[in-house]
Amino acid sequence: MANAIELIGITKRFPGVIANDNVNLAVERGEIHAVCGENGAGKSTLMKILYGMQPPDEGTIKVNDSEVKLSSPGDAIELGIGMVHQHFMLADNLTVMENVILGSEPMKRGIIDLDAARQHLVEVSEAYGLTVHPDDLVETLEVGERQRVEIIKVLYRGAEVLILDEPTAVLVPQEVEALFDNMRDLKAAGASIIFIDHKLDEVLEIADTITVIRQGRTVATVKPDDVTAHDLAELMVGSELPSPQAGESTVTDDVALRIDSLTVHDADERSVVDDVSFEVRRGEIVGIAGVEGNGQTELINAIIGTDSPRSGTISLFGADITHASVGKRREAGLAYVPQDRHQEGLLLDAPLWENTALGHHTRPPFTKGIWFDRVGARERTEQIRRDFDVRTPNVEVPAHALSGGNQQKLILGKEISSHPKLFVAAHPTRGIDVGAQAAVWQDIREARFDGLATLLISADLEELIGLSDTVLVMLRGKIVATLDPAEITPRDLGAYMTGVAVSEEAS
Amino acid sequence: MTAPSLRRIGLAVAAPALAAGVALIISSIVLIISGSNPIDAYSDMFNNAKKLETSVDILNRATPLYISGVAAAIGFRMNLFNIGVEGQYLLAAFFASVAGGAVDLPPVFHVALVLFVAMTVGAAWGGFAGVLKVTRGVNEVISTIMLNFIAVGGIIAWLIVVWQDDTGQVNSGTTPIPESGRMPNLNSWVEVFTREISKGRELTGVLLIAIAVGILYHLFINRSRIGYEFRASGYNPFASQAAGIDSKKMVLTAMLLSGAVAGLVGMVEVLSENFRFDQSFVKGMGFQGIAVALLGRNKPVGIALAALLFGFLNASAGALQVGGTASREIVVIMQATILLAAVIAYEVVNRLRQKDEARTAAALLAESAS
Ligand SMILES: Nc1ncnc2c1ncn2[C@@H]1O[C@H](COP(=O)(O)OP(=O)(O)OP(=O)(O)O)[C@@H](O)[C@H]1O
Ligand SMILES: [Mg+2]
Repeated sequence: MANAIELIGITKRFPGVIANDNVNLAVERGEIHAVCGENGAGKSTLMKILYGMQPPDEGTIKVNDSEVKLSSPGDAIELGIGMVHQHFMLADNLTVMENVILGSEPMKRGIIDLDAARQHLVEVSEAYGLTVHPDDLVETLEVGERQRVEIIKVLYRGAEVLILDEPTAVLVPQEVEALFDNMRDLKAAGASIIFIDHKLDEVLEIADTITVIRQGRTVATVKPDDVTAHDLAELMVGSELPSPQAGESTVTDDVALRIDSLTVHDADERSVVDDVSFEVRRGEIVGIAGVEGNGQTELINAIIGTDSPRSGTISLFGADITHASVGKRREAGLAYVPQDRHQEGLLLDAPLWENTALGHHTRPPFTKGIWFDRVGARERTEQIRRDFDVRTPNVEVPAHALSGGNQQKLILGKEISSHPKLFVAAHPTRGIDVGAQAAVWQDIREARFDGLATLLISADLEELIGLSDTVLVMLRGKIVATLDPAEITPRDLGAYMTGVAVSEEAS
Repeated sequence: MTAPSLRRIGLAVAAPALAAGVALIISSIVLIISGSNPIDAYSDMFNNAKKLETSVDILNRATPLYISGVAAAIGFRMNLFNIGVEGQYLLAAFFASVAGGAVDLPPVFHVALVLFVAMTVGAAWGGFAGVLKVTRGVNEVISTIMLNFIAVGGIIAWLIVVWQDDTGQVNSGTTPIPESGRMPNLNSWVEVFTREISKGRELTGVLLIAIAVGILYHLFINRSRIGYEFRASGYNPFASQAAGIDSKKMVLTAMLLSGAVAGLVGMVEVLSENFRFDQSFVKGMGFQGIAVALLGRNKPVGIALAALLFGFLNASAGALQVGGTASREIVVIMQATILLAAVIAYEVVNRLRQKDEARTAAALLAESAS
């Protein structure tokens, strides 16, 4: 079969690292090709090169067997290549349609032909079974929907080769299934898809061919039928496939966080968190399961203090913090891993050592009286780099120079190493490779052993079940079930999350 | 010193040098088109600058530019485009002159009072834009432009007539500040190293205030805890909010500080040249400060170099006029081209530096592999 894409001997260097070192990748027409590899292996970089965002230092790119030179994404789009990035790039305050046509507006007599645009958009979304509402504001969409918009945006431009960088990281299992159905439809329609994923069972389920990259080099190209998840993990990181295990219970009787009848309203005065009550004790991990958009975000915001609740109370070790400032809560021992690391977690243009201080900058080692302690901050960052295996040439590079997974490791590292008392972690292992994932789980377990109270929000149901002492299910702003993870499977949990199953106590 | 670090220093100097070169070429072309000889014009400028009196003039001109540049830079570091330095410093200078002319105090206290009034008025006027932004979401560019109009065209234009001293002069302004409220000049300090400065030229004492402003700016923005919060909020307000940094408080702080520093811009005139505010009070320092801050990349030392360069060009305008080699407007064209060239040069050199670092890294890796 003919190759839709061929990358030959691609090399790309960044200050202090070789991101791609003589990489080869061939994608046949009409196949789903997975690219796997540990954090910082160079996957995103390779895709950005194929999409014309970054020029390779060496190597050739062939599209439909003829050599091409891509100097901008415009060139790639022209050749029918489209990309959905690891970190979404939609304009929040525009509608779905405006986002889709942005940059390729159909013009009629010098003005944008909105009717033609709408018609084309509807055609594209129907042809591939991707449902979106053209007039919705993007900021009101959930992640799964945002992703569909990103994909339609690419298809709208006539892409025949789709690059999806970690498309499933932000999705719950049902959404992953929906995405895979879309991908199969696209493939049936003749498109080729290259996608990156850290979840190996997903890769084995959907891919036709798998290429594994390690430290910037292609180490293997395999067929899913010939390998197990185990083999893949070994190829990627050279280690065993981990699974989250909570181990012995360390739950104490000390209540760390108490949420009492908490109600949060959104801008339209709807209750997005509706009369929620629960407790997290020292040494306990409470998991919250739920399809995105069922109030988890608002609940977290109320707990960390960026949103104020309509009624109810939040207390930390007996002290009422319902209306305390974020800073006060931080100083009282709250640590927080946000769900969107770019928007809420990092200062992308600042060096790593300034990033580690964020949220802890009012305490040592980041401060000395009224001064910011640059030496202390650098030392702490070096320590995090070692302990959490953050792959970076040094701690002076800006945060945007780290790969997605390494950014996540930095955030986790800075929060865990602040010795918190309450840890609110939203999707802590999102985008982290299987090897590093095991280490993160180990870190959380160790902290739990030392008495840390953890509130865990995750779309990874195995992670939720494996780590939590108690799992709460949120649906339409309410806690609809309190489950013992020892007695449930991801499938059961999925049923509760979508409201198919109803717990006895709630009904 | 190793070769790579030498090259790094080379690259650091490259950007300003490149900018200066490009600006020189463009200015020469403009000079030729306008019928002047560029070589003559440049040599006039440099010969003039070599004179001790001109050096003093340059420092006097650079002083308010530096303070104005720092005021603008404080906003820039927070992604606030404070266009209002102009209105802030004029209003501050006006009220400071009025206050200074109205009282009689012992020397040090008198000057302190003038400075205090200037900073307070500047902070208030800047803070006003900050409050509008924080409470009403009004963009600071729009609010500061309007506040400039209100300050200059409204308040000052009205009060200067109401409060003018009635000595019956044509160009009348506020009551002059008495001797006790004036800043002594620094001539005697300079003359320790040089010959006597000719009569009529005085090195402004406000230069010391400008230096203090620069040092404090550095300590604040780069070394203090609140400076960190400030920069973090400028980088990413959402992440900072989640980290316990109140971004509204930071916006307000930025506008207050920027305004307070802006209040000092007019002090050279008020404390050591004119001693009062009149119709001919020097205008435009606020806008030049924006250019100076951009050229100096918001860095304390960078702004100083940029202020000196602009001071030199401003001081040259007169020399060109007198010498008849070119029209004084050429100076404005040079300032604009330097700024433009600098913005481009920084970008080019930045890319070169990245390429260079990547190559060094690759070489190191190759070495360690073999
Ligand atoms: N703009 C940049 N500047 C400097 N270094 C960069 C830049 N982009 C990527 N890198 C470096 O290149 C390497 C590869 O990064 P890349 O983003 O391709 O990794 P990845 O395989 O996508 O990892 P992840 O699974 O964590 O997303 C990393 O070491 C990263 O630090
Ligand atoms: Mg990546």
